[in-house]
Amino acid sequence: MPHINLPEGFPGISAGFTYRPETAKPMRELAHILLYEPNSLTSGERELIATYVSLRNDCHFCQSSHGAAAACHLGDASVVEKVKTDFLTAPVSDKLKALLAIAGKVQQDGKLVTPADVDAARKQGATDLEIHDTVLIAAAFCMYNRYVDGLGTWQPRDPEMYAQMGRHLAQEGYRAPSIRQPVGAV
Amino acid sequence: MPHIALPPGLSGIRSAMAFRPETARPLNALVEVLLTGPGTLTLGERELIATYVSSRNCTHYCHSIHGAIAAAHLGGDEALVKQVKTDFTQAAISPKLKALLTIAGKVQQDGKLVTTADVEAARKLGATDLEIHDTVLIAAAFCMYNRYVDGLGTEQPDDEALYRERGRRVARDGYVAVSEEYLGTLATR
Repeated sequence: MPHINLPEGFPGISAGFTYRPETAKPMRELAHILLYEPNSLTSGERELIATYVSLRNDCHFCQSSHGAAAACHLGDASVVEKVKTDFLTAPVSDKLKALLAIAGKVQQDGKLVTPADVDAARKQGATDLEIHDTVLIAAAFCMYNRYVDGLGTWQPRDPEMYAQMGRHLAQEGYRAPSIRQPVGAV
Repeated sequence: MPHIALPPGLSGIRSAMAFRPETARPLNALVEVLLTGPGTLTLGERELIATYVSSRNCTHYCHSIHGAIAAAHLGGDEALVKQVKTDFTQAAISPKLKALLTIAGKVQQDGKLVTTADVEAARKLGATDLEIHDTVLIAAAFCMYNRYVDGLGTEQPDDEALYRERGRRVARDGYVAVSEEYLGTLATR
């Protein structure tokens, strides 16, 4: 049960966003720019970074919804599962692997990122902007994950709900809510 | 030295924000709502939560600047800010704020550590749902800002006078207005 009186039927972050629209607006905008707007990293790659960080933070709602968005962008759910299990052996580029290594360190503590980590990513072709966005995506999901978990939000286990959310996020991005009305108990 | 080519002459989150003004805008908008918007927690109390979380994340830039902003809101009481960083249970702050700092400290580690008992304790001391919500989100947001500042290897000056001076300005003018100084610099060059 949520720790505060959140609107019923709204799962995960949609409960926090519906409860407090003033803070939802910049939080949605940030996710939209980082994950959806055109960038030299594909949306699929950026959603994989978000999914990986949310997995490491053990946030069920975020790893499921962003995993579903990544699968939709990539047209392949098995890649998402492989990244979650062991990204080093997943069928993703060496550049993305180097960026995921940086994201994993930021998830623990930004101070763990070393010049060697950044050089390794650069050698695989990562630009400064891609490194910046990787750090900020990882940092931002340390916020979203804690927000979702810290309020004790409802985090359904139904994969179909996440699949629907993932399609919306992949097609529309984050400015408009993917959950507009209470979700029926399944 | 920063890990990427951040604009010279700027430190901490300012250098990162000037590098990427598109993300700087929502980042500043969020902190503006949380720390300066209408609310029943005082501006000093909210800055103390931000300072405490940044101190637990050992992010020198953030706990110094937010500590300075908190002090500016609290009549210049730097000793109180220091006490909150060292051991808030012994600080001269309200029992309600102590209960909220306990929640913030758990969110800093992992949101799942917050218990019903933590929330009940805050409620018994008069905390509202909105205050609890904002405490959770301030703590979560500073886990982002701190990692952003540290993860890019930004310059984090040691000069206490610099933070004191900037802290007074942010306390007076707010985050968005002050951000125009360093975001504007980039736009005109």
